[in-house]
Amino acid sequence: MSEKKPKIGVYVCHCGSNIAGMVDVEAVRDWAQAALGQDGVVVSRDYKFMCSSLGQELIEKDIQELGLERVVVAACSPHLHEKTFRTASERAGLNPYLTELVSIREQVSWVHTDKQVATEKSKALVSGAVHRVAYNTELQPLKVPINPNTLVVGGGIAGIQAALEIANAGFHVYLVEREPSIGGHMAQFDKTFPTLDCSACILTPRMVEAGTHPNITLLTWSEVISVSGYVGNFNVTIKKKARYVNEELCTGCGICVEKCPQKVIDDVYEAGLGYRKVIYTPFAQAVPKYPVLDRPNCTFFKNGKCKACEKFCPTNAIDFTQEDQYLNVEVGNIILATGYDLFDARRVTNYGYGRLPNVFTSLEFERMSNAAGPTGGEITLRDGKTKPETVGIIHCVGSRDKNFNNYCSSICCMQSLKFAHLVKERTGATVYEFYIDMRTPMKAYDEFYQRVLEEGTLFVRGKVAEVTNATHGPHEKGKLIIQVEDTLVGKQRRIPVDMVILSVGMEPRHDAKQVGQMFGISCSSDGWYIERHPKLDPVTTMTEGILIAGCASGPKDIPASVAQGAAAAARVLDKILQKEVELEPIRATVDESKCSGCRICNNLCPFNAISFLDDVGVTRINPALCQGCGTCVAACPAGAISGTGFSNEQIFAQIEGLLMGV
Amino acid sequence: MNKYLFYPGCSMEGSARAYYESLKAIQPPLALELEEIEDWNCCGATEYLSINLIPAYSLIARNLALAAQQKNGTDTVMAPCSACYLNLEKADYYMAERPALGEKVNEALAAGGLHYDPGTLQIRHLVDVIINDIGLETVKSKVVRPLTGLRVAPYLGCMVPRPDFAKRWSDHEHPSELDDLMKALGAEVIDFPMKTSCCGGHMTQIGPETAYELIRRLVAAAEEHQADIMVTMCPMCQMNLDAYQGETNRHFGTNYHMPIVFFTQLMAVAFGIDPKQAGFGLELVSAKEALARIGLNVPEEAKPAAPRRKPEGLPMPKPLPKKYASGQAVAEE
Repeated sequence: MSEKKPKIGVYVCHCGSNIAGMVDVEAVRDWAQAALGQDGVVVSRDYKFMCSSLGQELIEKDIQELGLERVVVAACSPHLHEKTFRTASERAGLNPYLTELVSIREQVSWVHTDKQVATEKSKALVSGAVHRVAYNTELQPLKVPINPNTLVVGGGIAGIQAALEIANAGFHVYLVEREPSIGGHMAQFDKTFPTLDCSACILTPRMVEAGTHPNITLLTWSEVISVSGYVGNFNVTIKKKARYVNEELCTGCGICVEKCPQKVIDDVYEAGLGYRKVIYTPFAQAVPKYPVLDRPNCTFFKNGKCKACEKFCPTNAIDFTQEDQYLNVEVGNIILATGYDLFDARRVTNYGYGRLPNVFTSLEFERMSNAAGPTGGEITLRDGKTKPETVGIIHCVGSRDKNFNNYCSSICCMQSLKFAHLVKERTGATVYEFYIDMRTPMKAYDEFYQRVLEEGTLFVRGKVAEVTNATHGPHEKGKLIIQVEDTLVGKQRRIPVDMVILSVGMEPRHDAKQVGQMFGISCSSDGWYIERHPKLDPVTTMTEGILIAGCASGPKDIPASVAQGAAAAARVLDKILQKEVELEPIRATVDESKCSGCRICNNLCPFNAISFLDDVGVTRINPALCQGCGTCVAACPAGAISGTGFSNEQIFAQIEGLLMGV
Repeated sequence: MNKYLFYPGCSMEGSARAYYESLKAIQPPLALELEEIEDWNCCGATEYLSINLIPAYSLIARNLALAAQQKNGTDTVMAPCSACYLNLEKADYYMAERPALGEKVNEALAAGGLHYDPGTLQIRHLVDVIINDIGLETVKSKVVRPLTGLRVAPYLGCMVPRPDFAKRWSDHEHPSELDDLMKALGAEVIDFPMKTSCCGGHMTQIGPETAYELIRRLVAAAEEHQADIMVTMCPMCQMNLDAYQGETNRHFGTNYHMPIVFFTQLMAVAFGIDPKQAGFGLELVSAKEALARIGLNVPEEAKPAAPRRKPEGLPMPKPLPKKYASGQAVAEE
């Protein structure tokens, strides 16, 4: 650089002993002053905790007194404190984008074991930043207005909670649900742990509130099919599937359901354990009350005859000509509360589900124990009559298992304990629980475990090898035998039971990946949606304006799902009340005079920010959608795209700085 | 014509003669061409592997090296014996997985002027070949004497579906291949819960009481499910359950009579081949009564149609979708 160098201040943080334990902080400080003086460094300091108020004041004071034009802070990861130091610079009158943070903790002190090498590496990184920061330019954050409407996808308890919070604050919500009714999995359960209050009794008031709220547009039997736009200004297309019932005329009297002559197995709400009519409302308290006609199974649609529902409907609400509708809505924020699928227990062939009649899944048992379920709340074997005398409950089916899912599904221990209690209460049967580890960490959970222990449930610690009907003698005849290694006794045991309940784990929705792509968010290797930060930012995603709540990001119980629904709503309200959102100015821009129109970059953008202008034959980047990832910048063969904050000059200078000591 | 390099294994010429004879009998209808590996030797069964891996794998790999040399329009070796199949598969897999072992084995083979590169050959079992190459439709089309009314317990034994390096089997605990094959012959197949349980193997020699108990469990389970006959694909299983069933009865004071034959014998019978040519009569627990049930001697009577029944109790879950073959989810796309 021939022209006058900007005045640069270097600040090296000890982070207590986090950095100073492995890096000679004073040496880095002195070296920066001495060796980088020619590159514009006018002051170099160290401090115990740079992020403290005193540390920040140190920088502010130097900016004002020494007239610093650039600041380099060598401390922790930019994820944590970049904002802190940029704000400090701004307070002192310096554009925040003229401050750079160098990570010498995550990338140096925490990962190295040789102090000398770590110190040298810190020097190189500081040097890179000093060279680079000289080319930083003043940037202004982008301001985008926020549409105050919100889309909530998924009408389970998390989605209902989020919708109600926002609606109660006075803003409009579109609540989209794929099934005929909102309520989600919680509507299928009988009792909730650990308090054993009736699931429907606590859920249905919320469902009714959501269904009647003036600020909520409820779209059940509907799916989002496309999303475009960006935070504050999303454009969403929703497919409202044909119900074949005119919602304006229907009174929800249920005569059509009663008169429909065709019954099919209900795979969704009754978990395959019961039947429903072809025109149906999934359960008595369904919201909305309008039934749905299941077209593929309808006799009229199959062979042109029947129409029993139409004949008996007192308000002529049945409409066989109804077609799918497509609605376009504009929203500012989107909350995905898409929930989970149950692990398919048939995959664990050694537990015999699907082959041995008296092996049930946890959801089947929920329906069975529910007074509104197929057996009216009677706990029976699959013949629908016989009461079991012995019941085995197997934990961790499909979870904590290298063959299936590695993770813990977190709710299964408590759910199994609840089952043990219900079986004992209703049948007096002997109950065995087969567990690997008992996990009861939340409020009043362990107390419930103690209660079930005292009730006389027998606990066997060990992973069940097999459930079989192959007997070893007449004493086992007619029973299901659970073969298990009892790891507390150190023995193999064979325990004959009448009924087995498999406490199956949770899995991401089968279409989570496609849905995630549609909304521009990504899934972890297990398939759950990834949060912006697993601890500190659990309900937002890396895409601005797209939030997640409930089991969409991993297994959760009801209280956690409700809390996440409310948390996501709070984040949305925060955005709405600000009326506009500030976007980081780190963006890619196309120099249209260099763009050849090759379109290589068009399909690479993970945020759908790039569009091609057919009339002028060049590519343009929407600055509100661009997240500054740099993929297109690297891909452009003409070098026509440059990333703000990552210009060629900056990158080359940084490399030069890094290699200075080599 | 489906052509394979054929590794018969020792038992096919001895204790499992019925297997060999019935296999030869069904070859023409299935258009199954087998070219025997010239100068093959014993696979070493299970004994050598627990003593010293290098001689054990050298013994097995010699056969693979010979087969690879012979390669005559096919690179697939077919073994009908479970133990042989498993040993050949293991040698091929572990020589690749543990290069040091592979090198030592090849050093040994070099003494005989031989060499084997793991992965050169496909190693497959007879049942796999019949189902996946020839196909159940072809099998069905050859059936002239359906096994209607015969209740068959399909018993695979422990060695074929596990560890299944090449992921060829539908499941490791409850594979459906043998069931499907027997159904294609028209037999009534019971849901045999012990289809991959151990027959006792060589415990008959060193700890007979353990073996008797394992044999008893298998035979008792078949009897409890009212099977007329058990079919297997493993010479070891067949021998243990057939030859030691009397001994087992004496030991426990029981009176089991459960014939066990090779699946190929029932295929041959269903294809209209004379039972004697299919190796029937060589078994010790006579299968005569079972054969009588399929009308080999007794003319078949017309069965009244089963009355239509209303579904009782609660419905059963649907069968597992194909994408979960082997119990593992297959990544989509």
